[in-house]
Amino acid sequence: MKLLNHTSRHLSVLLLPLITLWAFAFYYAMLDEIYDSLDDGLENQKVLLLKRLKKEPSIVENSDFDKHVYTFDPINKEIYDNFKESYHDTLMYMYNEEDFEPVRVHESAIEHHNNYYKLKIITSMVEVDDLAQDLIKYLIGLYILLVVSLLLLNNFILKKIWKPFYHSIGQLKNFKIEKENKITTLPTHIDEFKLLNETISKLIKKSSDSYIEQKQFIENASHELQTPLAISINKLELFIENNPLDEEQTKSLASILDNLDRLTRLNKSLLLLSKIENKQFLDEESVDFLELTETIIHDFEDLLAHKGMGINFESNSAPKIKMNKDLAIILLTNFIKNAIVHGQPNSEIHISLDNNLWSITNIGLPEALNQNLLFTRFRKIGSNTKSTGLGLAINKAIANKYDLELSYNFNDLHTFLIHFD
Amino acid sequence: MKILIIEDEPEMLDNMRRTLEREHYNVETATNFKTASTKLGVYSYDCILLDITLPDGDGLELLAQIKSQGKGGGVIVVSAKDSLDDRLKGLNLGADDYLAKPFHNAELNARVKAVLRRLYFDGHKHIEIGNMVIHPENREIIVDGDQIEFNRKEYDILMYMITNKNRLVTKAALAEHVWGDHIDQADSFDFIYSQIKNLRKKLSKSNITVEAVYGVGYKLNIA
Repeated sequence: MKLLNHTSRHLSVLLLPLITLWAFAFYYAMLDEIYDSLDDGLENQKVLLLKRLKKEPSIVENSDFDKHVYTFDPINKEIYDNFKESYHDTLMYMYNEEDFEPVRVHESAIEHHNNYYKLKIITSMVEVDDLAQDLIKYLIGLYILLVVSLLLLNNFILKKIWKPFYHSIGQLKNFKIEKENKITTLPTHIDEFKLLNETISKLIKKSSDSYIEQKQFIENASHELQTPLAISINKLELFIENNPLDEEQTKSLASILDNLDRLTRLNKSLLLLSKIENKQFLDEESVDFLELTETIIHDFEDLLAHKGMGINFESNSAPKIKMNKDLAIILLTNFIKNAIVHGQPNSEIHISLDNNLWSITNIGLPEALNQNLLFTRFRKIGSNTKSTGLGLAINKAIANKYDLELSYNFNDLHTFLIHFD
Repeated sequence: MKILIIEDEPEMLDNMRRTLEREHYNVETATNFKTASTKLGVYSYDCILLDITLPDGDGLELLAQIKSQGKGGGVIVVSAKDSLDDRLKGLNLGADDYLAKPFHNAELNARVKAVLRRLYFDGHKHIEIGNMVIHPENREIIVDGDQIEFNRKEYDILMYMITNKNRLVTKAALAEHVWGDHIDQADSFDFIYSQIKNLRKKLSKSNITVEAVYGVGYKLNIA
């Protein structure tokens, strides 16, 4: 969920109890005010009635609400002495509404020429249920209005404020250190975003720098290793040729030579990896994978024959992929070589090719290889001492360069796949 | 045959010199751009091995100098860089071959011989060895007047062994030369053995033998 909607959601949930609470408080405060002013009005009427009573004593005869809004009921002295003035609500039949409606009643006791009366004055009341209903209606309206304006506010104003933030994280999402794309940040007046942008730029620059440095280090180190390797190999070869050696001595020296050759291969693979990552294979052409696969299978026929293996190549199309020819050769060669080297002797390797997929399947170790580590550097399978552990890392680097996807699956057989799109 | 090696690394230079001297070439050396340029100005050579990374100048400039002088002679560019760029530049500037460090002595020998053969026999002269005659232009091999069929790999192995005759050729060097780089990680070079077995069968009537040296490599001898 996006940050903007997240806050909106929280706010709208929080608003609901807030508005409800406020509604209760408002309702009772308003009601209190209404009662207060009604009661003031009733008291005022009482004062007016008492004044009128002096001029017009006959009004004490009125004991019915049908004619007036007041009644006088004679009471005895005892009740008069203990009488407490009160205001209360009661229901009364209203002719216009044809229903019982609430009215406010003021009861008090008065003395007039030694006669005692209970005076009741009424006034029509606010209809509480209607008031509550209206209040709820308006409050729902208010709630909706608030939520909608909250959303609009978030979407229009906050979005604008948060733009530099989203711009930055959008770039981070697409950032790939090996692609060397630069991160640009939008100018902003908000301190937190400024800090974020500065930190991002600084971190990216630092990582890129050390990545480039590391790449160059590997390339330079590999270059520097070539000459001492060459000297050692050639010196040993000359030594074997120029000196009469017995079998044991020759074999020892040959073993050193073998290991130097291994070191050379390792070094060459590292160099190749650096070169791919340093984008030193620029020229591209349309590579026919059908033709290329056939050529490489042909190159391996001696090794295949030696292991008693065969390759069954099945294809129903000849996809052409735009890439560097040398890298295409390396890519397929590594897969085919792995299948032969790690494959079980006297078994069949299956290669299939169509427009979207190149796949190779072989019988090997009876367990799946670790998917996560498979394409990383120096990942050796089994105890093959001649393997550099770089073949699949090189393939991965080639695949990355041309946006091809590599995958592996295992169901008793090992299958490696190249997805073309 | 006069060969000039231009190489700044003294030990590398020494190895190359000794390898080529075993083949009875007249080898001269230069360890920097200046000496090399002077020598090239005064003398002519049949083959020049040129390391393009020199401490005091660009080896490719030397190549341009050699080609502008038009004295003939083949040039093999030697580089530790093995970069496609250098290779293409070298070949575009007229180098005959490109050899990446590190290499096997047998490979150096084979490359020099191939350059010399191209230059002086124009690829047409046949090679006689014992009772065998080889016509490289059509890959024909005749033993005692009878033509023997060799497949491509058998022919390549034989030619490589002949180029390095009487010398130990390690399995690694042979595999790299005949099968190319892609074979180099194969778990063993045992598969070479079956090729050698076939080769020996076909050579049975010749007086050439391919001797195994303690499982390390092979040596071609002429009886």
